Amino acid sequence: MSTALAEMPHRAPAPRPVTVATTRNLAKSYGAIVALRNLNLDVRAGELLALLGPNGAGKTTLVRILLGLARPDSGSVAVFGDDPHQGHVQPRLGAMLQVGRVPETLRVREHIDLFSSYYPRPLPQQETFQIAGIEDIKNRPFGELSGGQKQRVLFGIAICGNPDLLFLDEPTVGLDVEARRLMWSQIRTLIARGKTVLLTTHYLNEADALADRILVLDKGAIVAEGTPSEIKARAMGKQIRCTSRLSLEEVRQIPGVLGAKADRNAFELQVNAAEPVVRELLQRDPWLADLEVTNAGLEEAFLALTQNGNADTKGRN
Amino acid sequence: MAATTFPTITAVSGRSLSRTIALYFKEAKYELLKNIRIPVYAISTVAFPVMFYVLFGIVLGSSSAAGRNDNATYMLATMGCFGVIAVALFGFGVSLAMERGQGWLQVKRASPMPVSAYFLGKLFSAVVFSTVIMLLLLALGTAFGGVRLPLATAAKLVGILVAGSIPFSAMGMAIGYFAKPNSAPGLVNLIYLPMSFCSGLWIPLFLLPHGLQTLAKALPPYHLSQLALSTVGMVNNPTPAWGHVEALIAFTFLFLGLAAWGYRRDEGKTYG
Repeated sequence: MSTALAEMPHRAPAPRPVTVATTRNLAKSYGAIVALRNLNLDVRAGELLALLGPNGAGKTTLVRILLGLARPDSGSVAVFGDDPHQGHVQPRLGAMLQVGRVPETLRVREHIDLFSSYYPRPLPQQETFQIAGIEDIKNRPFGELSGGQKQRVLFGIAICGNPDLLFLDEPTVGLDVEARRLMWSQIRTLIARGKTVLLTTHYLNEADALADRILVLDKGAIVAEGTPSEIKARAMGKQIRCTSRLSLEEVRQIPGVLGAKADRNAFELQVNAAEPVVRELLQRDPWLADLEVTNAGLEEAFLALTQNGNADTKGRN
Repeated sequence: MAATTFPTITAVSGRSLSRTIALYFKEAKYELLKNIRIPVYAISTVAFPVMFYVLFGIVLGSSSAAGRNDNATYMLATMGCFGVIAVALFGFGVSLAMERGQGWLQVKRASPMPVSAYFLGKLFSAVVFSTVIMLLLLALGTAFGGVRLPLATAAKLVGILVAGSIPFSAMGMAIGYFAKPNSAPGLVNLIYLPMSFCSGLWIPLFLLPHGLQTLAKALPPYHLSQLALSTVGMVNNPTPAWGHVEALIAFTFLFLGLAAWGYRRDEGKTYG
């Protein structure tokens, strides 16, 4: 066990959570593309906060701004109470970013040695190897590693400086199930040591497996916030498909319908619980036909969350 | 130094002085190791100038009208120049374009690494490769080409050409901030080969058409090669060396300015 890590605050429930990173009315566009619109975010000390959203939701842009790699167009950002561009903030941050190519001829231990040297108080390298699970590959050149091994090395690079706040941007994208599980267990090891982690992902099950709190991001705005079970309850809704003589407007008015759209001659409804809605549908339209109830996929879940974001009391946009 | 013109994320980070020195040392060491282990870089940057020098300087030189040892000595200066430029443009420029475009530079910038360490590491690697090339050319020329340079002159030649890494590393940096990773090698060749030819590195300038001789003065390799040639006594009517040094310093600042522009442009964009 590390003494350095043991000194970190443990994730005991504090009466007033300390905020380590904050954004207020953050906005950023790339030309005509709006990446973030008036985003308010608080990352609390010791939590694992998941930013869940489809590709293009603005997750990576937000991480880049919090790391001081990009400047917002408007709004404010504070990390450890200061501008992330300030020199004293950076040594307290670690980041696992999506990267196209890493120098392949350097060995794993050489990468870790170099990145450790950037930080004022790095972890002992042996400990970095252990937490990241790269002990057995430390002498191999980066270019010879598998996808999962490469991600673990990038994870090692992110943690080797013993940061207080860790950013994990899509850490398991492109990994197979086994490699993903392994990465999760490494992230959990870190959580157990009391680190604050901001994780971005487009996998609901990943956010569910790791996070204390989930923010759902869509088109640059937060559309839902809650614990994994709250988000799951809402996101893991049902989809009802049917043909009906009712109009789309009439269907939308049925209590419990989160969203509805016409698809060819049928309707597709997003709901949390199917039974009351089906009962109501059958009552209102005796000629209702072609009834199908399926579990909503994540895309539908995002859709449901997005469409109800404005009416949602927990939504922040 | 080169990188201090950039708004660096400077290390007010609580790193001790000894750790800071170790950081710069490691950055340089691993940059060099990284390049040495890339066969296509390590071999081509060293092999091409050596091969051309053997062919044009030593083999063809013996029957040249330029005189007994003059051709090998002349080409030692110009091919050395050619080699040093390739090292800087490929080792600095192409590698920066790739690491920037493929997101690796961003990973480094997300850490507290001082940006100056990154660029000094690349410059260090260029200096080491340039030194190796110059020593090889000097050894070959002396052993097989009849080159007879006093030790002090030889040392001065090596020193001038290795110092020539600085303006061309700055040029590489400018290219690295504008070129896309996939097109960078092609772009560098497109600049580097004609620029070398027009500066008289392949065929002595006095054998080139008059128009090219005038154009050469606007090209940085011309000024470096003139410094090298006058060191080995191969310029008949030497303009003061200081003029060439001034030109190279001016080019260095021009390229650093371009690079700084590209650096700022980068902040507003995403890559990868």
